[in-house]
Amino acid sequence: MTAPAISTATPAPAPTPSLPATTWLSIFLRLLAIQGAWNYETLLGNGIGFCVEPALRQLPGGVHGAAFKEAMARESAYFNAHPYLASVAVGALARAELSGVPADRIERFRTALAGPLGSVGDRLVWAGWLPFTSLVSLAAFGLGARPLVVVCLFLALYNAGHFALRIWGLRVGWTRGLAVAPALGNPLLRGGPAHLGRAAAAAAGVALPLAAARVLAGGPSLLTIVLLGAALLSVLLVRVHVRVEAYKLALILIALFALLSVAR
Amino acid sequence: MRELLPLSLLGAVVGLDVVCFPQMMYSRPLVAATLAGAFVGDAMRGMLVGVVLELIAIATLPFGASRYPEWGSAAVVGGALSATLPADRAGVVTLGVLSALGTAWVGGWTLVKLRQWNARLARHRRHALDAGARGTVIGLQLAGLTGDLVRAGLLTAVAYALFFPLAARLAVHWSFSGPLSRSVVMMLATSVAASAAWVIFHSARGARWYFAGGVVAGLLLLFAR
Repeated sequence: MTAPAISTATPAPAPTPSLPATTWLSIFLRLLAIQGAWNYETLLGNGIGFCVEPALRQLPGGVHGAAFKEAMARESAYFNAHPYLASVAVGALARAELSGVPADRIERFRTALAGPLGSVGDRLVWAGWLPFTSLVSLAAFGLGARPLVVVCLFLALYNAGHFALRIWGLRVGWTRGLAVAPALGNPLLRGGPAHLGRAAAAAAGVALPLAAARVLAGGPSLLTIVLLGAALLSVLLVRVHVRVEAYKLALILIALFALLSVAR
Repeated sequence: MRELLPLSLLGAVVGLDVVCFPQMMYSRPLVAATLAGAFVGDAMRGMLVGVVLELIAIATLPFGASRYPEWGSAAVVGGALSATLPADRAGVVTLGVLSALGTAWVGGWTLVKLRQWNARLARHRRHALDAGARGTVIGLQLAGLTGDLVRAGLLTAVAYALFFPLAARLAVHWSFSGPLSRSVVMMLATSVAASAAWVIFHSARGARWYFAGGVVAGLLLLFAR
């Protein structure tokens, strides 16, 4: 008599559950509001529960079942991630819950995923894509583009990356489930911030003199004085940036300038 | 001040975009100030304020729980104010930028208060959340979104109502010339942006050479024009 094959073979992966298109649409729209209840205690936790909820309705017993309530409680607990890359977590967690993955594994997965999704997203989007697209649009302004063109250019460029990232995240999270970690090693996520940093540095170099020239609308001598003054001031700001926030310094200096102009 | 109510609505929608919904970045000063300027009849003057603010905003990245200025509603206030004041006054762009910076500072504080309020709401509903109550999760989300919409609308209304009469009086007594006023503001904004670019990008290998190359290209383009 031979032993049953099931005792020695690797357990077959759970089949991918399927979700109706309307559920996907609902999840995606909710992702746009994932930070709606952001707070200093559970951070993005409530938002994750809010986004996963349409998928959890597929659990046995529906919204009144014990499985749904347990999953909702788990998914609405503390979580932290970049808001765009949180779509990876939403996709993976929805898949895990619908596949019946044990609760302790899901909780360990949530804990492990939070850090990387935050740091990768911050470097890629807030410190890369956003300043890059902003500087490209400022360069377009400096080159004489009309207001409507500048605004449309920025929104189209920025949101092409924004929506692509959210859609990719949801898709990769759903298809890979708890095995999503290798996807975060994607060359775009790993090398993207450095490439974007170089591109944004070049865009800054192009945009700053062009934008200054258009705002000033004066002669070359005025522009030269402004750019040289800005270069000197920026060196000073780099030296003191840890001690003072630049926008507050700008506010104070412009307020003093306004007072001087009025009092003179 | 007929524009106060529609501007407050615009400020509310734009302020909501900063954190809560949908983060498409139409709250960036470049967009929001231009929209506000167009709203009151002069998109170009709104955009001039937006460009200056955008340069300054590059230095304040919205990292997670950090406190940062709220540029959306602030840019609406600055852009609209600058576009509404008489065009022949020398200091209108400067005054628009100044009022926006003040609003952005206060706006950052209001965001912190909103987050504390969200936390208090969640704490009071802890038992329902632990029981997996669907209505509580959705309710908290909607309360947060509504709170942010109201916050941004009120901030815009109060800031515009305070700053508009003040700026109108200052504009009458403004003694510096237009070019000098713009030069000072632009010098500050450009220096903030350049220092921010250095702080953000200098760790990327070769970034300084890309920046230098960009400056050369920018100056050549200027010369060619």
